[in-house]
Amino acid sequence: MFNFIIKRIGIAIPTLLILIALSFYLMHAAPGGPFTSERPLPAQVLANIEAKYGLDQPVWNQMTNYIWGILTEFDFGPSYKYHDRSVNDIIGQGFPITMKYGFWSFIVAIGVGIPLGAIAAIKKNTWIDYLAVGISIGAQVLPNFVMAPLLIIVFTLWLGWLPGGGWNGGSWEYLIMPVIALSTSYMASIARITRSSILEVLNTNYIRTAKSKGLPTKTIFFRHVLKPSLLPVISYLGPAFVGLITGSVLIDIYFSTGGMGYFFVNSAFNRDYSVMMGITILVGGLTIIFSLIVDLLYAWVDPKIRY
Amino acid sequence: MSFLEVSNLKVEFDTADGVVSAVNNVNFSLDEGKVLAIVGESGSGKSQTVFAMTGLLDHNGRASGSVKFEGDEILNIPNDALNRIRAKKIAMIFQDPMTSLNPYVRVSEQMAEVLVHHKGISKSDAINQSIVMLDAVKIPEAKSRIKMYPHEFSGGMRQRVMIAMSLLCHPKLLIADEPTTALDVTVQAQIMHLMSEIQKEFGMSIILITHDLGVVAGNSDDMLVMYGGEVMELGKTEHLYANPTHPYTQGLMSAVPRLDDINEKLITIPGSPPNMMLKPIGCPFSPRCKFANDKCLSDIPVLTKVGENNQYRACHVAIESIL
Repeated sequence: MFNFIIKRIGIAIPTLLILIALSFYLMHAAPGGPFTSERPLPAQVLANIEAKYGLDQPVWNQMTNYIWGILTEFDFGPSYKYHDRSVNDIIGQGFPITMKYGFWSFIVAIGVGIPLGAIAAIKKNTWIDYLAVGISIGAQVLPNFVMAPLLIIVFTLWLGWLPGGGWNGGSWEYLIMPVIALSTSYMASIARITRSSILEVLNTNYIRTAKSKGLPTKTIFFRHVLKPSLLPVISYLGPAFVGLITGSVLIDIYFSTGGMGYFFVNSAFNRDYSVMMGITILVGGLTIIFSLIVDLLYAWVDPKIRY
Repeated sequence: MSFLEVSNLKVEFDTADGVVSAVNNVNFSLDEGKVLAIVGESGSGKSQTVFAMTGLLDHNGRASGSVKFEGDEILNIPNDALNRIRAKKIAMIFQDPMTSLNPYVRVSEQMAEVLVHHKGISKSDAINQSIVMLDAVKIPEAKSRIKMYPHEFSGGMRQRVMIAMSLLCHPKLLIADEPTTALDVTVQAQIMHLMSEIQKEFGMSIILITHDLGVVAGNSDDMLVMYGGEVMELGKTEHLYANPTHPYTQGLMSAVPRLDDINEKLITIPGSPPNMMLKPIGCPFSPRCKFANDKCLSDIPVLTKVGENNQYRACHVAIESIL
């Protein structure tokens, strides 16, 4: 187990380096730069600014300087767009926000999705099943850019129950709508994966054995069905969790939450190289960590997997 | 009142292509302490017969008829009532020991839960009794092995675990659905030996489903031959072996390879079992039967008594002409 974790961390380092190199080159290969705008700067001014940020050097040098800065000072560079703010500042401000609403979205998605899928599977081909499948299909096909304004219309404009946007330190009334809008499609996927996985397990020979032992349905479900049927759900949850806590630009725009998703997309529009890189590395690193966690969870659930 | 009385048992499945009849009019009875072998090719309905008896049919399956166990009707009774019989009075072991045990749950848990549920004893007592039972089925170092997961056992050992698990509540009837099919020949012999030992020790009845006539010969009192969901022949095992009166039973017997046979070719029954969706109108065996006449093609034969020895056959062809 310990060796496995060490090995995975060992693989993570070159993976991250490849990620950095590829994104760095792709970013610089795209036309334009952080200081190009509709009204072009005089050539001399542009050259001076680029020299100040080191953009006149070969891409290879820029990249090694960048990596060196991260390794020695944990410095992800200055933002090219927001003056006086470093990438660390921007992530430090935006990430806690997305992490908070993302985490709660994750909790809601699991908390609703798994029971919904389980009930649908147990009551297969009854109206309960059709209702549950209907809800999850509805939640899946309703995109969050439709969901978000609908929520605002109903809960802010009509009912006046919830504030239409803002963050206010993440107090609950500001959290509710972003969490609903973000979690629905994840909840729907989890419900569908859970349902089909439970149906598969219910058809196995070992469930027939459990029935032949005269165990009550509840015991069979919680002791014999639940654990194996959660394996596919777990493998979905790893990437889903990273996706959720690193935020959604749509949520940030509709609800003015000020999260990282907004900065990420804006940095791409603005060619804000350092912000783009910083967030890419954060998402990449989290993805690597959570796929490791998923693998460890797998080993915990499935006794045949031992590292 | 006999111990187990099955009459007019029918099993049907609703499928996308219509209703499929898997078992039709099966009748047999079993006395306490006896072993009944149900023999037939794959798809002859032998497994579905016993699944229907214990309420284990797939959700699209329907059973009708009557199954009386110790005088009480058990066919199509509510699940709660069945759960008071399952494992406690009627236990089952299945064909494939690789998949019949839950791979995600320790053997100790899978065994102990039977006792905890049916006997209401504590878990540690249940585990101790389970260890005793694993010893009884000759699993070495049962005390440490009980903590393992099923994949840490070999196929034969897993079937021993299944047998031990089925015996925990000292059932009166053990239904063994092809218990040796997935095992290799030497292990098959060990498992059959073990089963006949415990049958004597516990004095229980066994329904042994198999398509291996070698297994039937030494291990059963009565024998039921099924084909295409119908009973073809029923009687004492020794009589059916000595004196098969049905063309299908005769075919099965002559298809058993013999060591002293000098023929190079194995004897087979020509043709293949019917597609249950397109079952012949008359006797299901008629398309493959060399004696078949017009009546065989139009009417399903009824099980009737032949001779003095409580032997029954379902065949239109006169016995004299096939012996």
